[in-house]
Parts: sequence; structure tokens; C-alpha cells
Amino acid sequence: MESLQILERVKSKFGDRVLELSEKKPDPFVVLDPKAIVEVGRFMKEDPELAMDCLSNESGVDYKDRIEVVYHLFSYPHRHGAVLKVKLPRENPAVETLEGVWKSANWMEREIFDLLGVNFEGHSDMRRILMPEDWIGHPLRKDFVEPAEYHGISTVRESPIIRLDTKKK
Amino acid sequence: MPLLNTLPDYVLTTKTDELLNWMRKSSIWYMLFGLACCAIELMHTGGPRADIDRFGATPRASARQSDLMIVAGTLTLKMALRTRLLYDQMPDPKYVISMGSCASCGGLFQLAYSVCDGVDKILPVDVYVPGCPPRPEALTEGLLKLQEKIMTERWLVRAPNGNGKHIEAA
Repeated sequence: MESLQILERVKSKFGDRVLELSEKKPDPFVVLDPKAIVEVGRFMKEDPELAMDCLSNESGVDYKDRIEVVYHLFSYPHRHGAVLKVKLPRENPAVETLEGVWKSANWMEREIFDLLGVNFEGHSDMRRILMPEDWIGHPLRKDFVEPAEYHGISTVRESPIIRLDTKKK
Repeated sequence: MPLLNTLPDYVLTTKTDELLNWMRKSSIWYMLFGLACCAIELMHTGGPRADIDRFGATPRASARQSDLMIVAGTLTLKMALRTRLLYDQMPDPKYVISMGSCASCGGLFQLAYSVCDGVDKILPVDVYVPGCPPRPEALTEGLLKLQEKIMTERWLVRAPNGNGKHIEAA
């Protein structure tokens, strides 16, 4: 099935809980109501015509006015894929976890939490995955301000690139 | 003509510190410790082609048995604390080789939020080996430079004024 057909099928099933359908190539996507994500995910996995048995990627994006979580799904039996998105507010972004539908969501959601600060409700192990556990802030946020030091190690970087930059000004 | 069984019973004389330094430089045991892609070249350096064992350097799996730490790869801030801990576990006298651009100055990743730009921010470094990554020959050269440095050290004997470097024992 073509990606667009898959998304239209989802839209016809869930109606206005699908907020937006973009037909832009090469990756059409739907924007979902954050509250519907688990239901939609389970439907797409269990529906025999879609059979999305693989969550191949889950990622987060900071767009300055919102945070998006992007789900890339793939079906091994049908060799087709589709993209789902949810838009979240930048203040305390939270969405339900998809860990119960696809186990692979576990670590990917931990990474999004670590780098962007999205809280996945119902996640079994919501800890940082990459950064040290005592790290302050979420470094892929556009407004992330680096602390001056980490355990006494100065984070002031003596980069020649920056020095060249300041000379120009 | 073979020299076997032909020489008289010689006595060799040398200076205490030089003898000690010669023994120490000929048995630099480095820690089996790699952080990133430089570690591949580090393994290669210990392998049969470059064979750093010719100079008495052999890997040890424990920090407590090592004389030398070769910091091979990008040092993240998270790993920096662990690296410092490993360094503190090594017995004196201990040495550090900073291998490659990343360990020396952060290299390609120096502006990243998670990277410590240079291992010399947390440890005293004896020899810097440039390269990305340095070839085994370069790392071997770094070890030879370290051997030269070890030979100039004075531990037991007070250094004569003017010549010979006096290094305070820690």
C-alpha cells in the first residue's frame, strides 16, 4: 500500500482525531491528537491490511514554538511505511508512551526525553540514556544554555573557529 | 666468530637513576583503554605489524598495574570523570599520552555540548600525538618520545646544577 493510502485509511478510521494530513512527497504524514497516539498505533499494528510491526524510528524535533515527536513505521509483511507526528507545547511536553505497542520505543523515547525533555507518560524507565544522570537541561533544545562547568571541568571551549569569528567582527 | 664463552667476567658501571630509568622505559605497561576510533589504531599498534611490544610496552587490563594511560579517542564529559578515576587508580610514576586530535583538543567534536575539549583539562599530559587517527607509526613515535622523557628524569640522585633535568617526585 502507498504511504498516502495508509494515512487516508487512518484518517477515515479516526476522523477528527487526525488533525492534519500532509501529502508532501517523499514522506506524507499525519499530525495526530497527542491523546490518540496509542490507539492509532495499536490500530496500525493490528490491522491486517496495515500490519505495521516495526517502529523503525522515533525522534523529536524542536521547532522553537513547539516540539514534535515523529514516528516512522514500517511493515515487514507488506513492505510499506508511514509517518505519524504529534505536536506538543514547549512547556512541559508530554505524550503517552508507545512502549506497550512497540517495545523498540523504550530506548528511543528515553533518548527524546534526554535530549529534548519530552515526558513519556507510562514509560517503564524514564531516565536519561546518553547524558550523565546529573546533567542539567536538555541539550538539543534551542534555548539550552550550557553550564559553565561540569564537575569542575570548564566547558569554555578554546575553539580556533570561534576565535576567527570574533576577529571578523 | 661467535662471542660465546670468549669474554672475561665484566662489571658494568652506570648511574643509579639511569639504570632505573632504563628499566622503567623498557617496560612501559599501558592500560587497555580506548574511547573511540583511535582505539582501533591503538589495538593495531599493539598488533603484530607495528608491534609496540618491541619497546617493552604491553597492555594491562587493570589501571592498578599500568604505567601509561593512552587516551585514545573523543573524551566526553561523562567519560571524563571515569577517566580521571582510572588515572587516580594508577600507581606512580604514571604517564599520559594524548592520542589524536580529539584527546588533544576535542578535534572535530570540540564544540559539542557533551565533549570535553582536551584531556589536558583533567589530567597532566606528557606526550601529544597528532592525527585523526594517528597511524601506528605515529603512536610508536609518541612512545619513543615518552621513553626519551623518562630517561631525563631524576628520582634518587640530586640533579647537577645546570645540566640534567631535575623532576620532583610526586
